[in-house]
Amino acid sequence: MGRKINIWTNVDWLTVLVCLIMLFIGWISIYSAVYDDAHQSIFDTSQRYGKQLIWIIAAIFIAAAVLMTDTKLFLFFSYFFYAFTILLLVAVLFFGTEVNASKSWFQLAGVQIQPAEFAKLATALALAQFLSTTKLKMHDAKNLFITATIIFLPVLLILLQPDVGSSIVFFAFILVLYREGLTGYVIFFMILFGILSLLALLMNEINMIALLVFTSFAAWIIVGRSRKLSVRSGLIFLVVSSIVMTIYRIFSPQTPIDVQLIVAAVAGGSMLLIISLLYRIRHAPIVAGFMIAALLYTWSVDYVFDNVLMPHQRSRINIVLGFDDDPRGQSYNINQSKIAIGSGGLTGKGFLQGTQTKFNFVPEQSTDFIFCTIGEEWGFVGSLLVLGLFVFLLLRLIFLAERQRSPFARIYGYGVIAVLFIHVAINIGMTIGVVPVIGIPLPFISYGGSSIWAFTIMLFIFLKFDAGRMEYIK
Amino acid sequence: MKNPYSERMYIIGAMIVLPILYFIFRLFILQVMDTSYKLSASSNVLRNVTQYPARGLIYDRNGELLVYNQPVYDLMVVPGKLAPFDTAEFCQILDITKEYVDRELKKAREYSMFRSSVFLKQISSLTYAVLQEKLYKFPGFYVQPRTLRNYSGDIAAHILGYVGEVDRQMIEQNPGYAMGDYIGITGVERTYEEELRGIKGNNVFLVDVHNRIRGPYQDGRLNSPAELGNDLKLSLDAVIQEYGEKLMRNKIGSIVAIEPATGEILSLVSSPSYHPELLVGRVRSQNFRTLASDTLNPLFNRALMAHYPAGSAFKVINGLVALQEGIVHEHTRHTCPGHYTVGRLTVRCRFHTTPVAMPAAVQVSCNTYFCHIFRDLLDHPKYGSVTNGFNVWAGHVRSFGLGERLDTDFPNELRGNVPLAGYYDHFYGENRWRSLQLISLAIGQGELSVTPIQMANMTAAIANRGYYITPHIVRKIKNSDADNSKQEKIFTSIDSVFFEPVIEGMHRAVNGPDGGTARVAQVEGLDICGKTGTAENPHGDDHSVFIAFAPRDNPRIALAVYVENAGWGSAMAAPIASLIIEKYLTGSVSREWLENRILEADFINREIALADGQEN
Ligand SMILES: [Zn+2]
Repeated sequence: MGRKINIWTNVDWLTVLVCLIMLFIGWISIYSAVYDDAHQSIFDTSQRYGKQLIWIIAAIFIAAAVLMTDTKLFLFFSYFFYAFTILLLVAVLFFGTEVNASKSWFQLAGVQIQPAEFAKLATALALAQFLSTTKLKMHDAKNLFITATIIFLPVLLILLQPDVGSSIVFFAFILVLYREGLTGYVIFFMILFGILSLLALLMNEINMIALLVFTSFAAWIIVGRSRKLSVRSGLIFLVVSSIVMTIYRIFSPQTPIDVQLIVAAVAGGSMLLIISLLYRIRHAPIVAGFMIAALLYTWSVDYVFDNVLMPHQRSRINIVLGFDDDPRGQSYNINQSKIAIGSGGLTGKGFLQGTQTKFNFVPEQSTDFIFCTIGEEWGFVGSLLVLGLFVFLLLRLIFLAERQRSPFARIYGYGVIAVLFIHVAINIGMTIGVVPVIGIPLPFISYGGSSIWAFTIMLFIFLKFDAGRMEYIK
Repeated sequence: MKNPYSERMYIIGAMIVLPILYFIFRLFILQVMDTSYKLSASSNVLRNVTQYPARGLIYDRNGELLVYNQPVYDLMVVPGKLAPFDTAEFCQILDITKEYVDRELKKAREYSMFRSSVFLKQISSLTYAVLQEKLYKFPGFYVQPRTLRNYSGDIAAHILGYVGEVDRQMIEQNPGYAMGDYIGITGVERTYEEELRGIKGNNVFLVDVHNRIRGPYQDGRLNSPAELGNDLKLSLDAVIQEYGEKLMRNKIGSIVAIEPATGEILSLVSSPSYHPELLVGRVRSQNFRTLASDTLNPLFNRALMAHYPAGSAFKVINGLVALQEGIVHEHTRHTCPGHYTVGRLTVRCRFHTTPVAMPAAVQVSCNTYFCHIFRDLLDHPKYGSVTNGFNVWAGHVRSFGLGERLDTDFPNELRGNVPLAGYYDHFYGENRWRSLQLISLAIGQGELSVTPIQMANMTAAIANRGYYITPHIVRKIKNSDADNSKQEKIFTSIDSVFFEPVIEGMHRAVNGPDGGTARVAQVEGLDICGKTGTAENPHGDDHSVFIAFAPRDNPRIALAVYVENAGWGSAMAAPIASLIIEKYLTGSVSREWLENRILEADFINREIALADGQEN
């Protein structure tokens, strides 16, 4: 038994506050998304916003309950909980309720339970438990195998449902492995080739080039020894690009925005190249080489896809990627989603004034596409605020994770960060059309009890560890 | 203790921040830089207008247009976009009451504030023209073009079937449909729904605050055009169909005519019928109720669904079975004393020359002869038991397409009934029944029941000397590879050599020099072969039955005619069949006196009169 410390004073209230703000934004956005004249009260529990409020209140109680639970419980039961979740994932394949041709839900006494939600939490705990084993050698083949099993067993079972969206979330745990010492090259190439293959098939060339420029830029900053220089070159890049864009705005606004972007990026890039030559930065050729290699690889994926694969293989990939077999018309939906967000402008149309989100039937308006409503009604300012909150939350969690004394708590913290991050990245990326349509919710904002509760439990277990970090003695 | 990898937190931080920075950059482009989205959305609204394809047209075998489409307009409303408007003017244009407006708007609001509901269905082109000019005064309303069926004549209602709006249950079963879509409910409209319906399209329009369509959104890049339904070419001969319906006026019954070589249905009459236009558009449900409550049941397709006794016409099958099984041969003769008597059972026959062999027995429809051969068949020692003998008989009968659905391209076809041995086992006890107890089957009565289309198909099999092709009404589908014209021959279990004596009998029945049963059907030079029947009807007067094909060699038409309560086969059914054959083969009718006699015959009013008389 460690020293008894008052939980309530040690909880990171900043995180709690950000979390509450997000829940509030979610609630009023759902109200706005499904609002109609007939049901005007935001507390009307026959409507989704009313239900969401109930779930938020319940989530607050759940959070309090988690904070009052002894952390030893999570430590002690982590493997057991993981095993139990795996059991649930197997069971749901046999006894689950089939919705849209996938068996992901248990229907129990009127309550829907999605084992995949618990699997994220259970995997984060089990991973933390395993990796925090003292003097664990990460690159030992056996350990790598066990680690991979912990992560990919649920992925496999969830793919059998099939629920591609939920299974992709688990890949985020690689971030945790990286933090715990998995060699960066593995991560780098896995992510790179995964993303490139996918994107090469999904994106048009323009987006692809824009992305590569950014990645190269990121690579530069990461590889570069001198952070000062990197940041400066970054600023130079931005300034030069902005000047080019401004010139376009003034003299030739009718030029397609994509062309403007490319010219701006090339101009910025050339400036960087000049600087790197002037300062004799050794990494410049590496970055340039990376860009060229990535472009070639992208092209080769397209080539293989179009010329080497058999038609039926192509169509399978297309179906997985959401091109074909598109009963809800997803490319159309994405366009609607972009119109809604795009029409918001700088400051948005104002609360309840969004028309696009109401009239054009953006799908899953209150769940997966809730960001449309925010973008339309609160404009770029609103989008910035929400993204800013997420960035703040994630960075804050990194800070909290790093201050943990217990490896378990730290690893678990990174697990939470990874899961939250991939949800944000995929969800918002999807609504603005840079990521294929994968139906996963925006944490704390999207409508839905199980999603809110799952994220709350996950986050507050970590906050509980953090609040009790001083009593850790092992 | 310093964690060796804690430096990596910065990289992880960058991995998180950079994509989000990229999102912010994209959002900045999307929301601030790119003006096209605002242009399309600032005070404008996109409207999705479903493009309903016109259903495929339907032609007869000679290319005559039977079914086409007429444009109508549905007035739609989006309650969330309504503004106060001049109700009086609105009602006056549309010829509706204020109560109707209130009621429909309430319904629409309950469905959804922001989705379209149908406010008023099927406005005529004329009203639409007036409305179109004033529509700007009524924000929230817009017009959706639709098409309805239109018919060039008032024939073939049962064949064509009708189209109606899908209901909730149909949508659940067929996810491709949405509320307000039309779907074929009976007849060809139903069987060929997938071909006829076409593919719905969608147009996205920009609509300004005054409810006016400003033009296609993004130059129509998101539009998907509607694809027209495929046209059907029926095997039906509209002239013969119309003539058949005319002859069947004031009669209850059915005519089915088939081209034996192809199985194509030339005519399929079910009487009484109704005008197909009665089941189109706004008047449909009311007319449907009226038709459904009519005691003569005009919606009932007798050609496919009425169960009748086969009657004496069935004797030809019994003759064929006996020949095939070697029970008789062509020249085997039986004496007919005018009745067939065994113990206390007597089956009467009519007066005719005696003794008779196969052709003459068919010609004069000798009950005695067919009772003999039927019992000889069932009791033949080679089968071991009556049950076995019966099963052999039933197998032959079924091979003519009786007792099972023919699988034509019509929905709702019924099977008729060829009894199973088990039926008699149940009735008399196993092995307790004798051929004598089944004797009514010898002359086409008893437990045997058939539908008119089965009888016509059976006749086609006789005309073909031993095979038939599953009857079908659609010959060709435009834009489709499906070619209905070539279909598989289905052989009966009777060898082709055994048909000649029976066909000779059918030929003599119509053309015979001395006492055919159907002399009234004779037409010089057409070589009609036929067999009358009188189907005993326990509920009233017997049904008049006639099956026929012509010409004898290379037959071009085979048909079955049933006229309920019309008595002898030669009285009504034979003349009708004869007139249709003549009309089909020669293009005209020479016997005006016969035609007039048929046209004047009225079995419906007579029944009503009788019923009235009994009540008085
Ligand atoms: Zn006789």
